[in-house]
Amino acid sequence: MRIRNWKPGMMVRCTRRLLLTFATGAGAATATSAQTIAITGGKVYPVSGPVIENGTVLIRDGRIVDVGASVTVPNDATRIDASGKWVTPGLINALTGLGVSEIGQVQATVDRGARGDNAVAASFPVWQGINPASTMLAPARNDGITSVVVMPTGGLIAGQAALIDLVPGTLTDMLNKAPVAMVAQFGDARSGGTNARGEQYARLKELLDDARTYARRRAEFDRAQTRTFAARRADLEALIPVIERRLPLMVNADQASDIDAVLRLARETNVNVIIAGGAESWMVADRLAAANVPVVVGSMNNIPGSFSTLGMRQETPALLQRAGAKVVLIANGSGGEEVFNVRNLKTDAGVAVAYGMSWDDALRAVTLSPAEVLGVANRVGSLQPGRDANLVVWSGDPFEFSTRAERVFIRGREITQPSRQDELMERYKTLPPAYRRP
Amino acid sequence: MPTRLTAIRTATLHAVAALLGCAPAQSAPATPPRPAAPAPTATARPDTTKQPPGAGAVSTPNADPFPSTYVAPPTRATLIRDVTIMTAAGPTIRNGSVLLRDGKIAAVGTTVSAPADAEVIDGRGKYLTPGIVDDHSHLGVYAAPGVDALSDGNEATNPVTAQVWAEHSVWPQDPQFPRALASGVTTSQILPGSANLIGGRSVVLKMVPSVTVQGMKFPGAKYGLKMACGENPKRVYAQRGPSTRMGNVAGYRAAWIQAEGYRRRWDKWNADHQGDPPTRDLGLETLADVLRGNILVQNHCYRADEMAQMIDIAKEFGYKIRSFHHGVEAYKLADRLAKEGISASLWSDWGGFKMEAMDGVRANLAMVAAAGARTIVHSDDPSGMQRLNHDAAKAMAAGERIGIRTSEDEAIKWLTINPAWAIGLEDKIGSIEVGKNADVVLWSGSPFSVYSRVDRVWIDGAPAFDRTNPASWWRTDFELGNVPVPNGGR
Repeated sequence: MRIRNWKPGMMVRCTRRLLLTFATGAGAATATSAQTIAITGGKVYPVSGPVIENGTVLIRDGRIVDVGASVTVPNDATRIDASGKWVTPGLINALTGLGVSEIGQVQATVDRGARGDNAVAASFPVWQGINPASTMLAPARNDGITSVVVMPTGGLIAGQAALIDLVPGTLTDMLNKAPVAMVAQFGDARSGGTNARGEQYARLKELLDDARTYARRRAEFDRAQTRTFAARRADLEALIPVIERRLPLMVNADQASDIDAVLRLARETNVNVIIAGGAESWMVADRLAAANVPVVVGSMNNIPGSFSTLGMRQETPALLQRAGAKVVLIANGSGGEEVFNVRNLKTDAGVAVAYGMSWDDALRAVTLSPAEVLGVANRVGSLQPGRDANLVVWSGDPFEFSTRAERVFIRGREITQPSRQDELMERYKTLPPAYRRP
Repeated sequence: MPTRLTAIRTATLHAVAALLGCAPAQSAPATPPRPAAPAPTATARPDTTKQPPGAGAVSTPNADPFPSTYVAPPTRATLIRDVTIMTAAGPTIRNGSVLLRDGKIAAVGTTVSAPADAEVIDGRGKYLTPGIVDDHSHLGVYAAPGVDALSDGNEATNPVTAQVWAEHSVWPQDPQFPRALASGVTTSQILPGSANLIGGRSVVLKMVPSVTVQGMKFPGAKYGLKMACGENPKRVYAQRGPSTRMGNVAGYRAAWIQAEGYRRRWDKWNADHQGDPPTRDLGLETLADVLRGNILVQNHCYRADEMAQMIDIAKEFGYKIRSFHHGVEAYKLADRLAKEGISASLWSDWGGFKMEAMDGVRANLAMVAAAGARTIVHSDDPSGMQRLNHDAAKAMAAGERIGIRTSEDEAIKWLTINPAWAIGLEDKIGSIEVGKNADVVLWSGSPFSVYSRVDRVWIDGAPAFDRTNPASWWRTDFELGNVPVPNGGR
């Protein structure tokens, strides 16, 4: 998942924002959230428990208050008939650049990679650059994605990732948890500001060790009574939650030996790690399972596109699952790394099933598993009383192409904003286009 | 990971290299031509149909200097029965049978009798489609792994490089080939990249193992000419020009003006043989053959307004555009494409990654088809190439949401007979009809379901892929020792 190099041409920003029709912050959407809503008669997949045929999900004040086959629906509830429909938690895409990358090749609209200090940008809060007016949010949401991780990219330590809910409003409204992970990479030594994998290992270890020392000796540091550290103060500060095991270190690593190196680093420095990318993770599945290290991986790329990804295959999620490792599915198919196709997560889930993962495991890998890995399972990822009402009413099996996310609720609000693409299709579905017809 | 932009990125690197004066080393002097190996089917005797050049004459154009050496393997008659057949030539046949014999489709229908020695494949619950045709890939020219040493898709040293041929860049050991095959692709057009206004000739390959590219070339296939509109050429050549879209258009027109003069000179000489033949020019030779209708124009173009300009340029110089590739705005001009008889090679949901791709919509394919234009799903990507059926399914669903209903019988054409038309092979491949080449794919379920996989593939009636037998899978030389043995998966 690398930002591609491209040659900056003439940078003429001519963003022509279409009229955005959603209410910002307070407005119609908020009014809905105060209601009681009962979604009745659907095939309900709570994920935290078995499927409920003909189930009801009761929502009040943005939260789920009841889920089951015999839920009492209050008289004042707005009833939504979901008979014949499937109801699942909203999908979570755990690796995106949503909101910080609008048009990949227009650099002025891309805010994913920090300059950093000697390839270290631990203090970089990528979410501070999120543009809630991004036209890329609606396509994802309209396909049933209700939360995404916004990931920084590049460097040895890329920065801090955040989990946002795709609600209309300000960044403050959207943020679910920030940071959710510190992002680093191992294996691509050159883009990590180093020249060899071993050097990369040594630098990561030095940074974590220095963060540990810094945490103990802050006062002396402020009085300039410590040795020089390997990173700036702000970056060391940002790494403290990592060395205190309060924040996972999400490491982009693909080659089997790189993943093993990350496992060694985790043991040596006593930090919690998550593997992202994980092209060859299936070859290390037993050790990942034994170390309880989750893998953020897609199912749709089997191209040996680099010498670090020679063993990439479509069965990876199934093989990891079988070995007992926790799998978080992301979209990694063609164009999967584009913000436009954050929505294609459901296809990765379907393909993971086609290549051996059980359907239930695949659903979990796009809902509850990412929530658990990111430490937000108490809020999102399942349909249980007390959870945020992030859920989707689907016309059928959510992973099938013919299925539509008919109704999308985030924190109890139903969101129906058409995407820019919807407006274009409406305009052009007959020719000449709508604006020229009498 | 490789993406459609690999080509662009690499082109940029090359352009930078050129600007820095570190362009790739000159190729070695051409070795003296050796007699072409006779095709194994032909008897090995000198070709007497060609006259040696006369005294004092210089070389004359050779219609086929790198002839295909592909030979279909021997086959056994094969009957696939009790299968749902999407023929791409008519309505779906339920519980049908198809007989493959001598490399051709010998019979199709609900009652097909087979010779006693035919291998019988039980297709119950499965679907049979024609071999998938991808009219836009860069396999072999942008091989995996994507290292500079294998980056051979853009001759980004001049905005017009009509003289280059993609086949001379193809690495037959690219591990992307067997993956395309395992997903049902049997034929693909390999194109040069999009750095240049005119990027060179394409080549049509069968997805078969071979030591040489000649062994993969589809016998008798026409060549294509890659042209590119918009952002890529003007970005790559920003320093030397063209640096604008108007510069791009001036570049195409200047090239065609030269080509037209060249064509006239040669056509005259070919008719009268008066005096010395004109001096050969490889680039103009290709362009002149476009003007004669022998090479099909494959035009990378995103925006509707630019497609309209390219149509005008084609009319100005008297050539036809066979297909607009990428065409994220084809839906805005679909009626015009239908009227002009130009096909549209599209994705379902790539877009947004650059200005000219901003207006990509998922129903593009369905909207273009509804307007009556010939609609094609293409990939431009080794991963997307494995799931052209997914793209079709996504576009069908998106179309349905805006009230445009596409039947499966129409959508299957987007992956088969329509791209076959775009590369001029619609009489040989792309549908399940008697007499067509026996290129067929057996799917575990509907090709429009996310859960379906390709179980088996036949090319020219010969088994080319069998999912149940990993030991039989094609592994390129590169994969030996580098890529783990599939062990039942890949």
